[in-house]
Amino acid sequence: MVKTARTTSKKLNRSTVNTAEIEQFDSLAAEWWNENGPLKPLHQMTPSRLGYLRKQICAQHGRKDSGFIPFKGLRVLDIGCGGGVVAEPLARLGAEVTGIDAGAKNIRAAKDHAQQQGLVIDYQTTTAEDLADTKKTFDVVTALEIVEHVDDLPLFLSACGRLVKKNGLIIFSTLNRTPKAYLLGILAAERVLRWLPVGTHDWKKFVKPSELARPLERDGFEIADISGLVYNPLTDSFSVSETDMDVNYFLAARKA
Amino acid sequence: MAKIKHVRTNVLIIGGGLSGLALAGALGEAGVDCVCIDRAPPVTQLTETYDGRTTAISYASHLVLKTAGAWETMLPDCEPIRDIRVADGASPFYLHFSHDDDGNEKYDPGREAPPFGWIIENRILRHRLFNNVKRLKKHVRHIAPAEIREFIRGKNDVGVILEDGARITAPLMIGADGRNSAVRQWLGIGVKNADYKQSAIVCNVAHELDHENAAVEHFRSAGPFAVLPMTRGAQGEHRSSVVWTEHGTDTKEILSLNAEDFDARLQELFGPHLGAVRHISKPMSYPLGLMHADSYIGARVALMAEAAHAIHPIAGQGLNLSLRDVAVLTELIFEHLRCGLDPGGDTLLQKYQSARRGDTLLMAGVTDLLNRLFSNDLTTVRLIRGLGLGIVHKIPPLKRYFARQAMGISGIMQKSLRKATN
Repeated sequence: MVKTARTTSKKLNRSTVNTAEIEQFDSLAAEWWNENGPLKPLHQMTPSRLGYLRKQICAQHGRKDSGFIPFKGLRVLDIGCGGGVVAEPLARLGAEVTGIDAGAKNIRAAKDHAQQQGLVIDYQTTTAEDLADTKKTFDVVTALEIVEHVDDLPLFLSACGRLVKKNGLIIFSTLNRTPKAYLLGILAAERVLRWLPVGTHDWKKFVKPSELARPLERDGFEIADISGLVYNPLTDSFSVSETDMDVNYFLAARKA
Repeated sequence: MAKIKHVRTNVLIIGGGLSGLALAGALGEAGVDCVCIDRAPPVTQLTETYDGRTTAISYASHLVLKTAGAWETMLPDCEPIRDIRVADGASPFYLHFSHDDDGNEKYDPGREAPPFGWIIENRILRHRLFNNVKRLKKHVRHIAPAEIREFIRGKNDVGVILEDGARITAPLMIGADGRNSAVRQWLGIGVKNADYKQSAIVCNVAHELDHENAAVEHFRSAGPFAVLPMTRGAQGEHRSSVVWTEHGTDTKEILSLNAEDFDARLQELFGPHLGAVRHISKPMSYPLGLMHADSYIGARVALMAEAAHAIHPIAGQGLNLSLRDVAVLTELIFEHLRCGLDPGGDTLLQKYQSARRGDTLLMAGVTDLLNRLFSNDLTTVRLIRGLGLGIVHKIPPLKRYFARQAMGISGIMQKSLRKATN
């Protein structure tokens, strides 16, 4: 795995960006902030996702988990920020946020929305590997609902790793490659409930927690936490679970 | 107030009545910045003549007031209800709930069971809620008296321009401006009305004997007659508050009686068990009707309390429903701000609506049904309801269910309320 990553990163024309995937999400640029639109599940997940980020970031950076601006002064990078659905809340919580996305339309939508909201966020149309090459580093790097969409996972993970400061934190969230994730994450969400456009996810690209953990550990990270994100159809909402990582899950790792 | 140009806040509350003040208190206590606008000057609201009515605070409601930091200051003026007695006109059956029936072990463990609720005078409740908001001035700005010139909407906020030109905007606005809500009208949200063709006469009475903390509800064909235990008066007299329902046209005749005749009518209804009774506040009459807004939400706006729903006061659930709105809104707003999310987004609004509409419709339906069942003279219905009371009395779990309903703690209890019990 590591060998592949090293060799591919040297080939200049290789990248983690899957052009078809970027086009699919870029075509949704106008819909990012429509809480009842095609990305509704993402909005429904967001309170739980932010709750998890808040808890992990406060714990790792020794912040008091109270008040409404716990991230004051932290430099946070959101990889695959889309329209800024997570970048904006991070900024409101006090962080200095950089948001990157390979889709130019997404970045335009994100910039417009942040301006309307009066939020200052550094949005750039770029990739993790290109940004990593500039040697910039961050206290926290988030890559939410993104690893299942990238090509060349080892290259992507190594780029993410380089973007984290020493003692900094990286947090992923993605879909597990389990039969249950296929049933709920693709069959139910795309075909039956029509929550997401058909073709949003490809099961073969789903990632098991160990497939994230191993390369990160090899790059000198310590796994801080793995938790599930579970949908409850009765309350029509998501919540963080310490035991059920079968479908959606988070992985937080600290750079030693 | 004249110097205000533009105030931006997190939550803009329109209406400084009981529920608006309770919400401002709950938000302020949670550290959420808000502005509460009231058209009436606070001074007139705090005088004795302003509102002679009393309010029943259920067990669940007291938890909301506790969360808002206002409970301790009003507790000395709250009279606990430890027994509820329900009598059906001439029926031989009598339903008696003692507070030991409620099945709630959480309250003050090791000591006595919690009361069903408390009776407090509205003017005292409002005074304490107002003082509570003043205490929280770091987060809550109370603007009164203030007339709204117009409602305004921006791309990412909503708000008002006041008569003095001040502009107040927030990502979320709450309409807590009562039955004839201007916020609701601005949103173009319609209402469904049901007129009960009944009015309630409300007054406070002094009586010779101790009420022993019992609330008594007599179901009569014209509607219920309720006696609610109050704290003792300034001269140590025993006091109760009366809610006396009559057919629409009959209240005028009763209100025009002279003091002596009015007291004689009261005495007939009270019976002998509290001794001689006399009224000690001016009897007032309020028309009864069910009102329900077609929606509780609009873009960046939520309606709460009587702006969204007004129910029959038969079970004393009006303010209790409103305080549950307060609990749900406070929890949702707090969680959203804690996560850096826009508090005026559709996610929050839809969660609020789905959490509250079902509960309110259920309560409206139950109180409406109770009223229909208990307010007519059909012999079969009388017989059934007479038997019904007897049956409820014989089955402890059923009784416990009704008792819990009266306390307002059945169903899904709000997280913030559960926290307050710990």
